[in-house]
Formats: sequence, structure tokens, C-alpha cells
Amino acid sequence: MTFVPLGHYLALGAVLFVVGLAGVLTRRSALVTLMSIEIMLNAVNLTVVAFARYKGLTEGHALAFFNIAVAAAEAAVGLALTLAVFRLHKAVDIDDLRILRR
Amino acid sequence: MSGFIPQNAGALLPWIVMLPLVGALTNFVGGSLLRRSWPRQLVYFIANVSVLTSFVLGVIAFLSLREVMHTEPDAAFRYTGFQWISAGVFQVDVSFLFDQLSAVMVLVVTGVGFLVHLYSTGYMDEDPSLPRYFAYLNLFIFSMLVLVLGKNLALLFVGWEGVGACSYLLIGFWFDDMAKAQAGQKAFVVNRIGDFGFAIAIFMLLAYAQGTVDYDSLRWYFSDAAKVLDHGTTITAICLLLFLGAAGKSAQIPLYVWLPDAMAGPTPVSALIHAATMVTAGVYMVARLNFLYVLSPHAMAVVTVVGGATALFAAVIGVTQTDIKKVLAYSTVSQLGYMFVGVGSGAFAAGIFHLYTHAFFKACLFLGAGSVIYAMHHEQDILKMGGLARKLPITRMTFLLSCLAIAGIPPLAGFFSKDAILAETLAMKPKAEVVAHYYERSFAAQASVAAEAKTDGTPAIEDARRTELRAQYIESLKVVDTAHKVAFALALIAAFLTAFYMFRLYFLTFSGQTRADHHTYDHAHEPPWSMGLTLVVLAFFALTAGLLGTPFGDGKWNLFDHWLEPVFATGGTYLQREMTHTLEYGLMGLSFAIALAGIGLAWALYGAGLSDKAIGLHARFPGLHRLVTNKFFVDEFYERALIEPLRTGSKILFGVVDRLVIDIGLVRLPGYFLLGCGRLLRVLQDGDVQRYAAFVVLGVAALAYWLI
Repeated sequence: MTFVPLGHYLALGAVLFVVGLAGVLTRRSALVTLMSIEIMLNAVNLTVVAFARYKGLTEGHALAFFNIAVAAAEAAVGLALTLAVFRLHKAVDIDDLRILRR
Repeated sequence: MSGFIPQNAGALLPWIVMLPLVGALTNFVGGSLLRRSWPRQLVYFIANVSVLTSFVLGVIAFLSLREVMHTEPDAAFRYTGFQWISAGVFQVDVSFLFDQLSAVMVLVVTGVGFLVHLYSTGYMDEDPSLPRYFAYLNLFIFSMLVLVLGKNLALLFVGWEGVGACSYLLIGFWFDDMAKAQAGQKAFVVNRIGDFGFAIAIFMLLAYAQGTVDYDSLRWYFSDAAKVLDHGTTITAICLLLFLGAAGKSAQIPLYVWLPDAMAGPTPVSALIHAATMVTAGVYMVARLNFLYVLSPHAMAVVTVVGGATALFAAVIGVTQTDIKKVLAYSTVSQLGYMFVGVGSGAFAAGIFHLYTHAFFKACLFLGAGSVIYAMHHEQDILKMGGLARKLPITRMTFLLSCLAIAGIPPLAGFFSKDAILAETLAMKPKAEVVAHYYERSFAAQASVAAEAKTDGTPAIEDARRTELRAQYIESLKVVDTAHKVAFALALIAAFLTAFYMFRLYFLTFSGQTRADHHTYDHAHEPPWSMGLTLVVLAFFALTAGLLGTPFGDGKWNLFDHWLEPVFATGGTYLQREMTHTLEYGLMGLSFAIALAGIGLAWALYGAGLSDKAIGLHARFPGLHRLVTNKFFVDEFYERALIEPLRTGSKILFGVVDRLVIDIGLVRLPGYFLLGCGRLLRVLQDGDVQRYAAFVVLGVAALAYWLI
């Protein structure tokens, strides 16, 4: 059985995290932003699970499941908000929400 | 009879004080809530009955005090309500003292006060804001009672300010007339100047007498003269500052200017507040603190000279005034001067005696003037009167009696009180030996303290030096003697002028042919019974009140003096009285002759109304006449010398300090600064969540860099 070193998992997690972060910071669509956040969460999950496996600990696995549950809840709330914004603006462009200074 | 009289009337005191306050509050609340539907009969009833009840309780307390004095000559009733201020050694109670002096004041205040209330029911009957008027009047009685019954200087000050406020409210009672509102303000502001001195004096006294302002404790404290006289200058300063307050309230030079203007108020108010009661508060205060004043013969000399000067100065102005109330106002200023001559020269009882007789005849004169004004449809110029004797017989008789009383014709009230003051001024002297003895003791004390400090045993102040200081002090007391003589001379001239201007007023108003227009004259009639009755009662007292203080039989019949003896006992130990029969009866004859001369001159000039002789006299001395008619331009002088610079200074301060420094520099600049900062910073928080996220990332990155 080929042994994938920890560094690879961590590198993949970091890459995924940065991809997600870039999405959050640059994309206009609220939906894409939400998806990017999911990517970031899963990047963290990957890292946590990788550490858990290499250290032989179960807490990491538990934390990953917990993260997935939180991510599901977050997605539900996020999508509900996005829906509300869509009803108001007929679009989900987050630039439309820059109304604080008015 | 004696069954009705309580053994200790102390419990009555709060009732005497509070009843008028209850009356005031009831009328004020009822009048302002119900307005028209608050019936005027009820207003009259509440206002009059509250004061009358106070008066009756005052009489009961007086009788009770008289009973107790049979067994205990220096008895007084005390009532402690509750603790008011407690700060370390500084303790002030709300407590009342009913001693012989307070008794006189309470009876005068509630007695004359009630009569004025009764009179007002007639005089003010048509006024739309009747409840307000009577509420103020009751409130005044309450404040005045606090002033005279308070057992400490703090309560006296409360009453002092209370009567000042009521005076202000009542002078400007018809406040839609700008001149009247301003007269009220003038009275208030001028009184503040006096009160400033008064307040400082109380603070000094507090610091000096270890936090006590209670009369009993103060009297005890100041009875140990040796301890006290180490600070002769401090006591003189306290006395003079207190007198500044008295000069404000009691209209003495240089603060008398508000009183003539105060005549803008309703006439009954002038009678009660600006003649009979409030303006005598200063005299009461000096008499109340007699134990303090006698320790400073020099301060007393100032009081007596200022009193004498005011008596003469105001009398001179009174000679040329043509407004019936202004003549009486200057006459009041002048008579208050007499009272200060009395208390200032150590004749405290004589000063209070004059206060008491003056309350009756001056109130009667003012109310008589009110009756004339009422009959003449608010005409106040005596040059447009005359011949009213036929139209107003009751007013005329009572007015004549009071004029005779104030002029000093025996056996009317004013004769005995004025004569007592004149005689005592010459008879009273500070006991130089007693005072100097205490001074010497205090020098000795200082010397021993200094000697201890030196340790080599040589005395700091040599015996010779001490004798020298003592001699210097006795020498300096000669000025007191001179002051008494000066005050006596001033008061004597003022007595002549008093008789003259009072009868000038009387003749111009009531004698000769009328100078009023026919319509007004024909319709002139006596006022309603409430006003007439008041005049008669007051005239009766103007006639008889003086008999309580006659000097015959070596003072055996001077019941008034004997009555007040316990209050002024402490003062007496520092004063000696050198009264001879020659002085006493000679002076009586002299003052009677002077009064007759004054009346005679008035009769010669004005006996048949406004004669050509009088007008010719004006023409012969135009400059003098102009000077006196314009009240020596004192008001104008104050305007130029004090008010104008103050106003200019205020304008500069307003323009530079308020507008520039405070408004722009301190208020607006910080505002603009923060506004600018906000403008810059708000770019950062405009709802752009992606930028927020970017900042979060940067923050986390920085944190991570810093941690790792």
C-alpha cells in the first residue's frame, strides 16, 4: 500500500483553502461565495483528518464530522439569506449590498 | 384666662410659621388649576384666615411668654424641628426661637400683615390674578416669619432670601408693564449686592465660631470676650459685611436706590413689605446679633453714621418728590436710617421700638395713600390732587394722625420712639475700660505664647508696649463718640425735614382747592369698609403705640425697654448709658419744637394748597431744586459708573470669550474635527463584505506571522 506522506495532504489542504479564500474575496455572486466557503471548510476538514490519521487520534475524526454538520447548518442559513437577498434585488450580487454609507 | 395659655408655647411656633405657607400653596394651586372657577371669596377667606390664625397664635405665645417671665425673667420658647444640615462640626437645625425680640417682630408681622391682607381684599378686588397676589402675600408672611423666628443665621438667611423673592414677585406683580417688571429686577439685583456681603459674613462666622450659626451658641461663644478679642479685626469685618446685607435689605446708603422704584408694586404691598416689615429685617438682624456688634465699637460707629446720613439724605430728597408714594418711600428710607442710628449707637431697644411704631404709622400712611389713589383713579401726582379732605374724611383723619405721629408730635407713636433714639445716641458710649481690659488680656495671652516660642524668657510684648496698645485702643474709641454726635446732628436735621415733607404731602393732598379735573374729583369717594377699617385700626395704633415706651419716671414706664432687656443683656455689659434728666426732657422739648417748626413751614408754604410762595422758592434756587428733584442724580451716577462699564464689559466678554473662545474654539472645533475623522473613516465600513473579509485575512495572517 502506497503511503501518501502528510505533507501532500497538507499541501492539498492549503491549496484548497487558498482557492476557497480567493473565491470569497473576488467573486461577486453570493452563491459562489457560499460555495467557496464550503471549499475552505473542507480544506480544513482534510487537514484535520490527515493529522488525525497520522497521529492515530480519534478527536480529529470527530472534529471533522462536527465541521460537516456545522457546514450544513451554515449552508442552510447562507442559502436562506441569499434567497432573501434575491427576492429584494432580483439578483445575488453582493455589491448590491453596499448600502451602509447611504 | 390663664387656663387658655399654654405653659410652653414652643409647640405653637411651627404652626405660626406654616399656616401662611399652607394658605399660599392652597391659593396658588387652586388659582392656577381652576382659574376662573376658584372663587375670589375663597381666596380672601384662605389668605386672611391663615394670617389671622398665625396672629392669634402669636398673641397666645406672647401671653404665655409673659406668664413664664414672672418666674424666669430671661425665658424664651424654643422648638427644634429636625436636623437640616450635618457636615462635621457644621450642624444646622430647623429650629425656632420665640424670645422677647421675636415676639415683637411676630406680632408686628402678622398683625400689620393681616390688616394689609384685609385692606387688599378691597384694593385688589378687580384684579384678574387675585389668587396669585394673595399667594405671594401669604408666602411673604411665611418667609418673614422664618426670618424672625429662625433660631440660627442659616434660617434667617432662608427667610431673608424668601422675603427678597416675594418682594421681587410683588413689585413686578403687574409684569406686563415693562417699567414695573424692571423695578422688580432692580430691587432683586441691588439686594444681591447686599446679600453677597451677608453670605460672606455668615461663612466667616462659621469658620470663626467653629461651625455654629445658632444664636444661643453664638451668644455663648462670644460671651468669652477674651478668646474672641484676639481677632478684633475679624469681628469688625464680619459686622461690616453683615451690615452690607442689612443696607441692601433695609435700603441704606449706598444701596437704597431700589426702594423708591419698588413703589411700582401694588400699594398694599408697599405698605407691608416696603414700609412695615421686610425692610426692617436689617434692623432686626443687627439687633439680634447685638452680642456680636458690641464687640466692635468701630463697626457700630459705621452703622450709626450711615444710618444718620441716610436719614438726612432721603429726607432731603423726600422734600421735592411729587409722587405720593415716592414721598412715602423716601420717608421710609429716612426712618430706617433712624432705626440704624438707634441700633448702631447701642440703643437696640430704642431702634426696635422705632421699628414697631413705624410699622403702624407708615403702613397707615401707605394704605391711606392707596385709598387716595383708589379714589383718584390711579392718579399718584400730588400736584394734581388737593381738597380731598371733604371727599375722604376717614382717610384724611387717619392720614393726619399718622403724619403727626411720624413728625414727632407728642403723645403720638413717632414722638417717643424718635426721641428715644435721639437721646440714647448721645447717652450711649462703649465701655472703653471693659473692652480695653479684654484687649489687654488678649495681648497678654499673645505675649506668653510668643515668650514660650522664644525660650530665652524675654516677653515678646513688653509691659510698656501693652499699656501703649491699650491707650491706643481707648484713644481710637473717641471716634465712636464723634460718630454718635454726627449721627445725632444728622438725625435732628432729618427730623425737621420729616415734619416738613410729611405735612407738605398732607396739605398738597387734602387741603385747599382741588387741582384735579372735575370728573375725577366729583367721583372721588371713600373706599369700601375693609380698607377704611384697616386705616382706623392702624391710626389707633399710630396714636397709642408710643405709650409703651415713654421715658418718664426714670424709665419705669418704659415697658418696651424692659420687655426687651433679656435679649440685649449681653450687649449691655459693653455699653454705658449716661442719661440725665436735663438731656432727656431737654431733648423732648427740642424735638417737639423742631417738629412744630417743620409743620409750621409746611403750613406757611402749602397750607392753602400749592401757593405762589412755594413755586417762587423753586424758581429762586433752580439749580438746587433740579438737583434734589432728580434725587442727586444717584441713579444716573450708578448707571454711568457701574452699570454701563459692567454692560460694556459683558458685551466684550460675550463677543470674545463666549462667541469666539467657547462657541467656536471649544464647542464647534472639536465637532468639526470629529466630523472630518468620520468622513475619512467611513470609507472603511461601507458594507463591502469582501473587503471586510480581506481585512480579516490580513489580520489573521499578521497574527500568524507574529505568533509563529
